[in-house]
Amino acid sequence: MKTQNQGPAAPYHVRLQAEDGGLHLKLGEVWAYRDLVLLMTKKTFTMTYQQTILGPLWIILNPVLSSLIYMFIFGHVAAIGTDGVPQILFYFLSSSVWGMFAYSLTSNASTFVSNANLFGKVYFPRLVMPLSEMLVSCLRFLVQLAIVLVLLAIYAARGDVSPEWKYFFFLPFLFLQVSFLGMSAGVLLSSLTTRYRDLMHLVNIGVNLLMYGSAVVYPLSAIPEGPLRTLIRHNPVTGLMELIRRIMLGRGEADPGLYMGGLAFTVLLFVLGTMIFNRVQRNFADTV
Amino acid sequence: MEEKKTQEGREEGGKGRPMIEIRGLRKQYRYGKIDIHTLQGAIKDWRERRRGRQEDRSGEGRGKKETFYALDGIDLTVRKGETLGIIGKNGAGKSTLLKIISRITAPTEGTVDLYGRVASMLEVGTGFHGDMTGRENIYLNGAILGMTRAEIDAKLDEIIEFSEIGDFIDTPVKRYSSGMFVKLGFSVATHLESEIVIMDEVLAVGDMDFQKKCIGRLLDAARGQDRTVLYVSHNMNTIRQLCDRCIVLDGGRIVFDGDVDRAIAVYLGSEEIMARHIRFGPAHRPNDHLIRMVKKFTLESLTLPEGGEPVWDSGDRIRISLVCTAELPLDRVGLRFELWSQDGQKIGSMLSGNFLDFEKGTCTVTAGLSFAHLASGQYRADLVAFQFGEDGSEYMIDAVYPAMVFQIRTELNETNYLDWHHKYWGAVRLDDMELRK
Repeated sequence: MKTQNQGPAAPYHVRLQAEDGGLHLKLGEVWAYRDLVLLMTKKTFTMTYQQTILGPLWIILNPVLSSLIYMFIFGHVAAIGTDGVPQILFYFLSSSVWGMFAYSLTSNASTFVSNANLFGKVYFPRLVMPLSEMLVSCLRFLVQLAIVLVLLAIYAARGDVSPEWKYFFFLPFLFLQVSFLGMSAGVLLSSLTTRYRDLMHLVNIGVNLLMYGSAVVYPLSAIPEGPLRTLIRHNPVTGLMELIRRIMLGRGEADPGLYMGGLAFTVLLFVLGTMIFNRVQRNFADTV
Repeated sequence: MEEKKTQEGREEGGKGRPMIEIRGLRKQYRYGKIDIHTLQGAIKDWRERRRGRQEDRSGEGRGKKETFYALDGIDLTVRKGETLGIIGKNGAGKSTLLKIISRITAPTEGTVDLYGRVASMLEVGTGFHGDMTGRENIYLNGAILGMTRAEIDAKLDEIIEFSEIGDFIDTPVKRYSSGMFVKLGFSVATHLESEIVIMDEVLAVGDMDFQKKCIGRLLDAARGQDRTVLYVSHNMNTIRQLCDRCIVLDGGRIVFDGDVDRAIAVYLGSEEIMARHIRFGPAHRPNDHLIRMVKKFTLESLTLPEGGEPVWDSGDRIRISLVCTAELPLDRVGLRFELWSQDGQKIGSMLSGNFLDFEKGTCTVTAGLSFAHLASGQYRADLVAFQFGEDGSEYMIDAVYPAMVFQIRTELNETNYLDWHHKYWGAVRLDDMELRK
């Protein structure tokens, strides 16, 4: 499916044909539907908490509850420590960032399955759905970030943490990358879950496992040198997590080479995931 | 409306530009379930392949080669301003064709060139969210159908007005009646700024006044604004009203392309019995054993009047001829047509007013039929031959199911001012009342 201009007499032309074997990103088409991305984002964001008693408060409560559990298990029982950072701040920031990644991944891993009805009735660039879920994850994170900043202000004023303020401008980009990485992985997985529905169950377990391999509930420095540390260190999520904590909390590893590697991986994953996604969506309606 | 139905009408006025060009389009599907759907299945498949157990996979379980073409070589050009009806039996490929043009699924072979934006109404209200208000859903639905926010802003009032929703527009749509839901969905869809409109019998919903309004709007869209409309329906009357060209699909191919009335006749003919001349065979006599033990009388064939297709105006008097064979001399033989409506209701019967005596041998009988009270629509008629006994009762001597399928049409005019709604009004139009004041 290519769109091409043919001069003013016939400005619109789309050719539909069998697979040409090519892989396309088709981002231009998504841009034309940018209003739909925003509307879908708004819909998902406002409708998720529609009939809950606490409503959007859950966005805050989720990481708060996780943080309390981590404080007890990893901070108290296992006593792994947080590299000298106040525990609540460390765990709240980490689980918020992780939450953004995990939401972006899991909500998109089932794109085809959960939108089967819509996809079977009307055409629009299917990538609209993952993008809107990614924006939802960002919105949720923004709310949590407000709490993080309040905590940070308090602890920084008391001198308990020493953030690297001059690098704060870099943070939005890092946050976006976390979400983008999650979406890319989700998009790639969605193409697979369409075919192998069993994978849906694996995805949820896998994401839980991945958390323990992504330096979320512990600082990377708490892992002794060895193959395990090398493995965790090369996880692109670890790199982002550590970099964000380094800038905001003053503790964490900042390795430019490793970060660039992670960035390259993110872009590659997105390109690959989207191409496969675009290919799967062509005949998806036939398999529902 | 009449004059615009002609071929010439649409070639004029710069309407000839192709909007849809389909070349050699084929779409392959597999029978039954998609074979690899679980990891287990995939692993099993892989292991079997490794072991070279090909013979196991050729059985019916795998279904690898059991494919068919839902569309099997479609070539079609639809020009600007045309309203194209698409008819055909279930499974003929109508929906598949619309799905490919709507880009819901991709072709297996061939190409489709679209020279305009497509608004596809395979279902109205797609993507409506029950907890959102009518207004919010207009934006969401409009965006799903490809409108930008600015376009919706500009048309919002018009859409709300057309939908007749009124003050409920700010109520969550889950509180809407199904009628309101459909009206809102249809309003959004008809206000799309698209050059090509695709519809799959969505008009079959909503109340009648709203249906009329929708048809009116679509006619305006096609004729006034030079839009191209593709319409799939089983309702021949709507096809006749809306379309100026019609294709008939059968087995994934186009078997007829052209004039609407002729297309409808071809479609009805595709029920296998509606050639002008029908020869009755064993297929027409499923209950033959119940009728008689000894074969005395056979209805051989039926021939319709000259001038082709069995599409008649209500009130037409037509004359058919029947070839009958008597095995022995028979007296007091009568005929009866039993009429069925399209939805399978028996409406009534037409009895012969007189009886005939037959010598042994074959002869031709003519019968004059009148359909004065039939409302417009499609009908099926079974033919029964019976002998009127000495004791005053009838003895069935032959019966064919069905003997003919035909269509009654009514042009809207002074006395036929309304479209007939079979579902609600039945199939018989009784004598008109006279109103006085």
